[in-house]
Amino acid sequence: MALTPELVNHVAQLARLTLSAAEVELFTRQLNDILGYVEKLNELDTTGVPPMAHVLEISNAFRDDAVKDSLPVEQALQNAPAQERGGFLVPRII
Amino acid sequence: MSEPLYSLTIGQLSPLLHQGEVSPQEVTQACLDRIAALDGQLNSYLTVDAESALTQARQAETRLRSGEVTPLTGMPLAIKDVIVTQGLRTTCASRILSNFVPPYDATVSAKLRGAGAIFLGKTNMDEFAMGSSNENSSFGAAHNPWNRDYIPGGSSGGSAVAVAADLCLGSVASDTGGSIRQPAAHCGVVGFKPTYGRVSRFGLVAFGSSLDQIGTITKDVTDCALLLQAIAGYDPKDSTSVNLLVPDYAQSLNQEIWGLKIGIPQEYYGAGLDAEVAAAVQQALDTLTSLGAELVEVSLPHTDYVVATYYLIAPAEASSNLARYDGVKYGYRDPEAKNLLELYNQTRSQGFGAEVRRRIMLGTYALSAGYYEAYYQKASQVRTLIRRDFEAALARCAVLATPVTPTPAFRIGEKVDDPLAMYMSDIFTLSANLAGIPGISVPCGLSSQGLPIGLQLLGRHFDEATLIQVAHAFERHTDFHRAKPRL
Repeated sequence: MALTPELVNHVAQLARLTLSAAEVELFTRQLNDILGYVEKLNELDTTGVPPMAHVLEISNAFRDDAVKDSLPVEQALQNAPAQERGGFLVPRII
Repeated sequence: MSEPLYSLTIGQLSPLLHQGEVSPQEVTQACLDRIAALDGQLNSYLTVDAESALTQARQAETRLRSGEVTPLTGMPLAIKDVIVTQGLRTTCASRILSNFVPPYDATVSAKLRGAGAIFLGKTNMDEFAMGSSNENSSFGAAHNPWNRDYIPGGSSGGSAVAVAADLCLGSVASDTGGSIRQPAAHCGVVGFKPTYGRVSRFGLVAFGSSLDQIGTITKDVTDCALLLQAIAGYDPKDSTSVNLLVPDYAQSLNQEIWGLKIGIPQEYYGAGLDAEVAAAVQQALDTLTSLGAELVEVSLPHTDYVVATYYLIAPAEASSNLARYDGVKYGYRDPEAKNLLELYNQTRSQGFGAEVRRRIMLGTYALSAGYYEAYYQKASQVRTLIRRDFEAALARCAVLATPVTPTPAFRIGEKVDDPLAMYMSDIFTLSANLAGIPGISVPCGLSSQGLPIGLQLLGRHFDEATLIQVAHAFERHTDFHRAKPRL
């Protein structure tokens, strides 16, 4: 399953990254090296082996559905690149 | 006391502070002066807040006088820049967070402040903790204090350097695939990664959520026990933290190890292990045997698949976790962006460094439609096999002993153009994160070039106490932890 430059560009778009032509060339080579190496997992027969999603046998760590204090708006916005009237400001969408 | 204050351990300094023989201001100032004198060459700190540190020192002084003290009261610490600290800039060594000042504390930060510790500043690291050399920092590499031409290890390079060079008394950091143990080994200090779930990760900037764990870097094993004690425990804010009793780790110090079984996984001693590392680790095993431990040969048959498994799972989780950096709510934003798609693409392309982008690409690909089963699911299945290996091996012994790294530290620049070669240097540390078990790195020698070598001990889930017991027994009978770099 060799990665082509076209596929690298497609994956970059999925990841919301823009790559220069030189980066596409470099990443195509480096990612193919890495993917070639990880192919070795196919030496193992994993039929019937459950995938390990989590280290611990925890599922559904519930808490009480109670209202608690949250960050004040000014603090929640203090790191915003742009803000207006208590909200995050972004370029026009539509 | 003739030794300078910054050179002491937490265990040595704590009684002096409690008895009023030295003040927190004196200790803090000694560390700040040393940072000012040396860190220009080492680059271990990304942010130093001297004014705040001295204010915290005065508050600690008040606490010490009132008698409301813990072993960490008045102790100047360094916090890896991946753990959020209220009001203290937290960058993850990334351009994308270069101006981020957290409005809240991580649970670990809050616990340390509550114990009376003093935050000197935030330490350098590989960007978003992705790297093995600290060369992936957006703010320049940190340098190994034993030889500045060499890497200090990563991703917690700055923390290991700051501890090794006496630029703080101790540090808390994170370990996703060896990021505490490997730099600790390369810098000749003690690094501890607790069991997944033992320490709250609330406020730890996420990289690989099924792997990340907060731990400690200290000058010796006693300090490791003291610092771990302060940060361990259940936290309702972290749904992966576990509500188990935290033992008194000090009880594990000064214990014998007669008859204790130590497993030697043969796969960790094979081809590719540097001869000097092999010799130093063998000598450490001889020391442990002389203390009464019994060595047992064990096998971890899926060791050869650890690197491949990790470098699918960690990037996949990273690609998902790092989707939040979009230039909208905090962090860097490309001011030129004309629409929302440009805002995302340009902010992320300019804000992330090469290794972070590489891992996001790899992870996005491994999770994308048509490839998920072949990559992420396959790796998750092999992860089960790796975990079973450890369960079987640790049923036959109390701890495993291995090298931390295949070689001593390599030269800065040596592997930057070859990501796969860089990944291979993590071979002995990745497995503990995949299996979720605790691990400690302790100094066990110096190479002929004068670079430190580490011994790794791995234990059963939530059995940090036995690791501290064995590590401390080793330390009591050796001098490696006392060696200091000449600076």
